[in-house]
Amino acid sequence: MTTRNWYGRLGLVLTVLMVGFAGVGMFWTPYEPTAMVGADRYAAPSLAHPFGCDQLGRDILSRTMEGAGSTLMIALAVLAIGFVAGLLIGAFCGYFGGVVDALVMRICDALAAFPSILLALVVLAVIGPGKYNVIGALGILFIPSFARLVRGEFLKVRDRDFVRSARLMGVYNGRILFVHILPNTWPTLLSGLTIGFNNAVLSEASMSYLSIGVTAPDVSLGRMLNEAQAVWSTAPWCMLCPALVVVLTILGVSLLGEGLRERMAA
Amino acid sequence: MMKTLVKRVLLLIATLLLVTILAFVAFSIIPGDPTSSILGVEATPEQIAALRERLGLDLPIWQRYLHWLGGLLTGNLGESYNYGMPVAQLLSTCVTHTLTLAVLAFVLIVAISLPLGIIAARYEGGVVDRVLTILNQITMSVPNFVAGILLVYVFGLVLRLFQPGAIVTPQAGWGPYLWYMLFPALAVALPRSAMTVKMLRGSILSELGQDYIRTAYSKGNSKTSALWRHVLRNAMIPVVTFLAMTVADIMAGSIVVEQVFGIPGLGKMLVTSIGNRDYPVVQAIVVLIATVVVVCNFAADLLYRVMDPRLRGR
Amino acid sequence: MPKFTKRALLLLLAGVMLSASLYGCTGGTNNSATPTASAQTGELSKGNSVTVGIAQDLDSLDPHKAVAAGTSEVLFNIFEGLMKASPDGGVIPAVASDYTVSDDGLQYTFTLREGVKFHNGNAVTMEDVLYSLERCAGSENDGTPLISAFSNVTSMEATDDTHVVLTLKEPNLEFINSMTAAIIPANSSDTIATTPVGTGPFAFTSYTPQQSMEMKKFDGYWGEPAQLDQVTFRIITDVNTLVMGLQGGTLDMVIHLPNSVRKEVEKQFTVLQDTMKLVQALYLNNDVKPFDDVRVRQAMYYAINVPEIIEFVCNGDGVATGTSMYPAYTKYFMPELAENYQQDLEKAKQLLAEAGYPDGFTMTITVPSNYTQHVETAEVVSQQLAQVGITANLNPIEWESWVSDVYRGRDFESTVVGIAASDMTGREMLERYVSDNQKNFINFNSEEYDQVMEKALTTLDQGEQTQLYKQAQTILNEEAASLWIQDLCDLVVMNPALDGVTFYATYVLDMSTIHYK
Repeated sequence: MTTRNWYGRLGLVLTVLMVGFAGVGMFWTPYEPTAMVGADRYAAPSLAHPFGCDQLGRDILSRTMEGAGSTLMIALAVLAIGFVAGLLIGAFCGYFGGVVDALVMRICDALAAFPSILLALVVLAVIGPGKYNVIGALGILFIPSFARLVRGEFLKVRDRDFVRSARLMGVYNGRILFVHILPNTWPTLLSGLTIGFNNAVLSEASMSYLSIGVTAPDVSLGRMLNEAQAVWSTAPWCMLCPALVVVLTILGVSLLGEGLRERMAA
Repeated sequence: MMKTLVKRVLLLIATLLLVTILAFVAFSIIPGDPTSSILGVEATPEQIAALRERLGLDLPIWQRYLHWLGGLLTGNLGESYNYGMPVAQLLSTCVTHTLTLAVLAFVLIVAISLPLGIIAARYEGGVVDRVLTILNQITMSVPNFVAGILLVYVFGLVLRLFQPGAIVTPQAGWGPYLWYMLFPALAVALPRSAMTVKMLRGSILSELGQDYIRTAYSKGNSKTSALWRHVLRNAMIPVVTFLAMTVADIMAGSIVVEQVFGIPGLGKMLVTSIGNRDYPVVQAIVVLIATVVVVCNFAADLLYRVMDPRLRGR
Repeated sequence: MPKFTKRALLLLLAGVMLSASLYGCTGGTNNSATPTASAQTGELSKGNSVTVGIAQDLDSLDPHKAVAAGTSEVLFNIFEGLMKASPDGGVIPAVASDYTVSDDGLQYTFTLREGVKFHNGNAVTMEDVLYSLERCAGSENDGTPLISAFSNVTSMEATDDTHVVLTLKEPNLEFINSMTAAIIPANSSDTIATTPVGTGPFAFTSYTPQQSMEMKKFDGYWGEPAQLDQVTFRIITDVNTLVMGLQGGTLDMVIHLPNSVRKEVEKQFTVLQDTMKLVQALYLNNDVKPFDDVRVRQAMYYAINVPEIIEFVCNGDGVATGTSMYPAYTKYFMPELAENYQQDLEKAKQLLAEAGYPDGFTMTITVPSNYTQHVETAEVVSQQLAQVGITANLNPIEWESWVSDVYRGRDFESTVVGIAASDMTGREMLERYVSDNQKNFINFNSEEYDQVMEKALTTLDQGEQTQLYKQAQTILNEEAASLWIQDLCDLVVMNPALDGVTFYATYVLDMSTIHYK
């Protein structure tokens, strides 16, 4: 059953490549991503601009790099918020149970009933668009799913013998939670993180595509795709690079998650 | 069983109530007064007061909530601030579009993923399985709005199998209507189908490794017959839960894909209404979508209990 | 090469104008214009009807209350006033057949045209006319005129069944241009916004918010009848969907298509070009810091590069305005004002430093997301402002929110949008910047300007008025009340089987002359 190890390896390679691409994009791009050159409007791919230029004569490769960088930053920040808060809530609820647990889980259920993009739409409409607002909105919306995941894992582990014995030995609860139980839940949480990462990337791209997410002068892959859509037959290169980056990033991370799961299971 | 059912129904009602409270409170505490967007800056304080009274904004929040909830239960969704018409009337066509799209997408997911998942599991490790696995991973990685854009170009503008940008309504007959909705539904369904195939394949494979299947083999059952007679039923249980969980994603996907295809559904209405602070419309849409999701999850939960003998009577 | 294209376009334009005017000569004998198979696509058109894509929803169907130019442009086909706009920017008699002005310029006597009918079949009576005029003057609200020119009217009286006399407080050379205010049936205030009834060549059929507005040919029209039987305006706020609608065959025509997608539709469709007849600007809220400081506004004006914006957004085919006036106003337009702020980054930085912002500042440009031209302009402006340290973040919003928050609510820092005139008066473009004018959404406040405008609006001397209007325009430019950019290029894209587009000197779309070849 381990014939699928190439899976995880390919995922790792792709992920490293795409994260590298985005990481470089945070600090350096071949051209200034917002620099406009009149003569280069809708310029076809060439040596100078390997992926062509957009409607305002901006280098698409540079924009994609910066866009990927900001997508990566947003996705990681969203995960950080969602995961840390979800971990605390989920751990508490899963370990202690009781009324608080029931209540929190009910609220999580109710929140999960709203598709995250719908809630993000509403939140952003209220607080306004922009990179940091996107992070805040998505981060908060990602809490319930992580909380549920963590709670489930903690619930499974809390009655195992080693936890019981720790409790009998008088180890205080905080230590049990994070030193004894947490390491045992890593495999599941890790693959949950890869799924969460992909969801964050997808949500950010979709929101920017609907032009309610990241706004100019910040670059985002979703908005690049939106702008490229109308000129599909005369300037198809506008769409190619950002679309490839989105697809390959998600592909890489999901393969990586797959590989991780296999390895942990083995 | 009966007791469980009652308990579940009570939980459902509690969740729905919580949903309405969340939807209502969220829009009542956010800044921005709808009266200013209705009346403009030149409105006198008296005009504003009169309008607030007419809209019921002068009452305390819990009274407004109860009033609104009462309306909701009797099918009265209130009146749009912006268009001055009943919300129900404003939303009727949008709801049809979005729900049709979502249902069709769901049907497509089931229709695509069940056979593929079973085939992949049946011929595990074979050429078909490998090709499917690769295709699956790729499909899963394409955001549905990108899939939508590709479908518009290929099937709409190049092959001309449908007319992108047209507004087709059920009045044109269900045949043309469903045909028109097929392509956007496909865009919503594709990534989810891929996930379901993977899920089902994994579920079947893990069932096939169970002891009772070995017993079945030893009794002379072939792999195929073991699959059909014993495995599928059990393997479907986690898949049903997964499918129920996808309902929320389908609704979200519909909102985005509608924009790609230019379908005047709930997505467009929602975005515009939020911008206009037309809260009665936004609240109605939010509650509607959430209710669909909650009820579907409830149904899945029941189905799960029916299918899984171990849970019966619990 | 560009020279050639420009000439070809001019020829094309001339050809269209010519065919339109030729058609005028043959009169109504040719109105059996039959739809033909479109040569390019080989598809049969759907009856004698046309579907037009428009980029925004209608803010109101009430002709006296609609504020958006995109709405009046559509309602132009349904409603008429005593007078109506003519393509050259003047007015011609419509519901009135004739009018006279007293020598002192204070009394206007209109003669009602015989046989004018409303779309509901009723003849237009003096009661309807008086009702409409009084409504415009504010009879149904607190007396604030719905149409500003009516603030100058002291009395409206019918002398008999066919004559109405309007008496003005002060003479007003441009008053007649404002008489395009729609005539609606008496006491229709409650229904006009849901089922509009007018006297125009097309009658309203239906409206679905955010989706479409339909109208059909009005058989009882008093004048030249419309040539199409039915027109559907599809509301499509997304340029991708507009292009998709054209390419997919859903739309026969799109007005004001952004230049950035021109190439995409050029091969299959007829593209006619003109300018939009509006002033696009980065409108600055003069009440908000730091835009309350004239040095900041001027610094920003020096920081941006208008010719470059025109090049990027309109492929060079827009016209720089420099103030709140566009070139179709041949009498008032001052092209030299556009020369006053050549891009000068040093000067911009110096002015910013003087104003106390040596390192620039952060601002928000609110922009209606449905107008790609404005969004693109905002992006270019943002990039140019970055050169002097100003960070301009875009905030794209829905058009309806723009109307309510930015225009009505004045809750914004800056916005890119186009302001058009509903009639060809200097007043329309300039009076809105008088400090207490209710349309002064940028909160511009200049005593000098107010005085000049007051004189301009009341003088009886044509030459003096022109001079005063020019003075007012100069003030707007010198004060950099906003960063005036351009009259945008305007593209009308349509099925090659269609013909008969008439470009007006105002922001108007006349569907009655459009027909299948």
